Amino acid sequence: MNAQQSLWEFILLQWDKLLEQTITHIGLTFISLLLAVAVGVPIAILVSRRRSMADAVLGVASAMQTIPSIALLGFMIPLFGIGTLPAIVVLFLYALLPIIRNTYTGIKGIDEAVRDAARGMGMTDKQILFKVEIPLAMPVILAGIRTATVINVGVATLAAYIAGGGLGEFIFGGIALNNTNMILAGAIPAALLAILFDFLLGRIQQRKPESIGKGILVLPFVFMLLSCFYIIPSTGTGLLAGFEPEFMGRSDGYLGLKSHYKLNISSVVVSDAVMYEALYEKKLDVIGGYSTDGRLKAYDLITLKDDKTIFPPYFAAPLVRSDILKKYPELEETLNLIAGKISDSTMTDLNYQTDILKRSPEWVARKFLKKTGLYRPPQNGSKATIRIGCKIFGEQYILTEIYRMLIEGNTEFKVETKTGLGGTKICFDALTNNQIDLYPEYTGTGFLVILKPASSIIDRIMSDRDEVFKYVQTEFEYRYGLTWLKPMGFNNTYALMMRQQDASALGLQSITDLKEYIDGNK
Amino acid sequence: MIVVKNLSKFFQQTAAVEDVSFEVKEGETLVLLGTSGSGKTTTLRMINRLIEPSSGEISINGQSALAMPAEILRRSIGYVLQYNGLFPHYTVAENIAIVPQLLGWEKKSIRARTHELLLKLHLDPERFADRYPRELSGGQQQRVGLARALASDPPILLMDEPFGSLDPVTRTSIRKEFLGLDVLKRKTIVMVTHDIEEAFELGDKICLMDGGKLKQIGTPAELMFNPSSDFSRSFFDNERLLMEMKALRVKDIWNSLDKVGDEEQGNSRHADFNENLWVVMQDLIAGEAQTKIVSRNNERKVITLQHIFHSLKLFKAN
Repeated sequence: MNAQQSLWEFILLQWDKLLEQTITHIGLTFISLLLAVAVGVPIAILVSRRRSMADAVLGVASAMQTIPSIALLGFMIPLFGIGTLPAIVVLFLYALLPIIRNTYTGIKGIDEAVRDAARGMGMTDKQILFKVEIPLAMPVILAGIRTATVINVGVATLAAYIAGGGLGEFIFGGIALNNTNMILAGAIPAALLAILFDFLLGRIQQRKPESIGKGILVLPFVFMLLSCFYIIPSTGTGLLAGFEPEFMGRSDGYLGLKSHYKLNISSVVVSDAVMYEALYEKKLDVIGGYSTDGRLKAYDLITLKDDKTIFPPYFAAPLVRSDILKKYPELEETLNLIAGKISDSTMTDLNYQTDILKRSPEWVARKFLKKTGLYRPPQNGSKATIRIGCKIFGEQYILTEIYRMLIEGNTEFKVETKTGLGGTKICFDALTNNQIDLYPEYTGTGFLVILKPASSIIDRIMSDRDEVFKYVQTEFEYRYGLTWLKPMGFNNTYALMMRQQDASALGLQSITDLKEYIDGNK
Repeated sequence: MIVVKNLSKFFQQTAAVEDVSFEVKEGETLVLLGTSGSGKTTTLRMINRLIEPSSGEISINGQSALAMPAEILRRSIGYVLQYNGLFPHYTVAENIAIVPQLLGWEKKSIRARTHELLLKLHLDPERFADRYPRELSGGQQQRVGLARALASDPPILLMDEPFGSLDPVTRTSIRKEFLGLDVLKRKTIVMVTHDIEEAFELGDKICLMDGGKLKQIGTPAELMFNPSSDFSRSFFDNERLLMEMKALRVKDIWNSLDKVGDEEQGNSRHADFNENLWVVMQDLIAGEAQTKIVSRNNERKVITLQHIFHSLKLFKAN
């Protein structure tokens, strides 16, 4: 009951977004469907007249269907960038096969005597096509359109990965935030849409060919009308922001931008895998990214100052089991060697070397340690084994390597790394369950994701980095028996980013500047 | 009047039809008879150019059929198919209206014509006009197929095994019905069949085909009793006696019949001048009457089984 209520609350709270996403979803589905019908039906008709082409065309269309939709989406980015176009292209390709196949089957299935009679009575090829073949094949063609519609409603959720909008925004946002209500708010309408369209098209399809008659001519117009849905929300001028699903749902993300800055920017949801590149290619103007991401450097981006501090500090520090530290005090000394040594720009540079230049984390870590004079060759000791965990993204791999080299160079411990432990929850559970001894964690994550303090505490201390650090240090020791060692120096927080060129041209330095610029342009 | 001259059709190197010539006079029915693969259907389909001839000439009422656009030609020729080929998504009335519509008739005249044809083909317009083909029996469908071919009252009718898809019982009765239809009386008809009985019953002339070539053309009696080749002779061997009796009509043996006076009625029954001997004989064997009376131009003659056997022998001897 409780869960249902809060789902309902979520929907009430976000109904404008839900409506927009649903409309976009319908629009995406039908604009691609319309294109697929417009292209697929003529192709099928052509192919039905040339047997030799049939196998080739149907083969290609079938092959297309076997490509996983997310991969197909990936292929489209280099060709069409992000946003509506690649999403529509992918949906179009997916809808093509059922439409071509069914039209072909429908026309081939017509009684040869009927076609012969039509010719024998003096109908022209065109008259035979429009008066005999298409009407008789219509139920089968409609079945194909119906299949394509249901496929499209499903695949359209993936559009949210490339800023195409639709109900996938809630679904993937919900998955990223582990927010069941958010997932359901996207998944239930998507399922209902599929059921509804399936039902409606089923009703039309089950009518007999003779009674479909001219009514079928209405269908393209209905489709076109539904397609128009899509155009409406995407109008609007000015700057366009792209945010990843998780950012959209976080209070220290999009919601904070809205409530604290009253920032009213038109935004799309986009996967962080393509977000930076899209900004660089001017498909987007503002993104919410991570402040130490290597792509900042690669694409010449700058971060806007968070002058109202809605983004909490995310200072990275080793999070270690306290019992290990007591047992091996030299471990703390060793790890503190790196404290305060990595600045934001240094971390960005290190990330740049792995993410963009594709160097191995090990190579990057060694080069960094050598440069700062901290590198010692491994002692190959065997006093004990220290197990280091790591979340599944680039920066963590580098930090893990740095820890390993420091420990192996300065102590007699052996190090075992357990990389790629997924997200925060997996790493943290591994640590508390004594499966690893330490991993690099961020203060903001410890604060908001693990401790989840009351909002009064959040409001009071969130903007103060030292207060937050003290809070997590005390609470972690008290609750979990874990110790936060000294931060390494950089703050990998959320930040709004723009192209350097734009920001200086518009004179924007902070998020407040951005807000004023947008409001001034309305 | 249809004139076909030296008509040939080659598919790649093989000849489907080779050097076929014939004439069909106005109001006459010509039956193309042969086994499957004999080229009879190909010949028929060349007349309305569903198949384009490789060489040869076709003229219809003095005009070359090959000179005009095929669609225009086809609209002036009725076409009846074995598997009726009715449009399943059209009602009976709509099916019949197809050609008039292609010819641009007014709605009113189309409706009137449809109504008239349904009546003539013994299909109640009230009951059938708005039905769909699949709601009709095979025989009824075939009648609608014929009505459709007759819709624009074309002078020429091409029929491709028109009764081929019907069961034997329906087939016989529909054929009888067709024979009696007024609407067909003045049509020039070319019909394809592999059924000898059907050919003899319906054809004024029969064009016997084999391997794409025309073997013999003539009346049923000519084919039976004056075969021009071994093929013509052997073609009818299986059912020779039956076919011979069917090939001969009362008019063929008229001269050998005995005259009778008006008073000679007895328990005789009446026979038709055009009736074939098979029918007459069946009546004589099955019925109580020993004799049949035929009248022609105020002359009355009597037929007995004796007469039939005698005439048959006479014909075979020639």
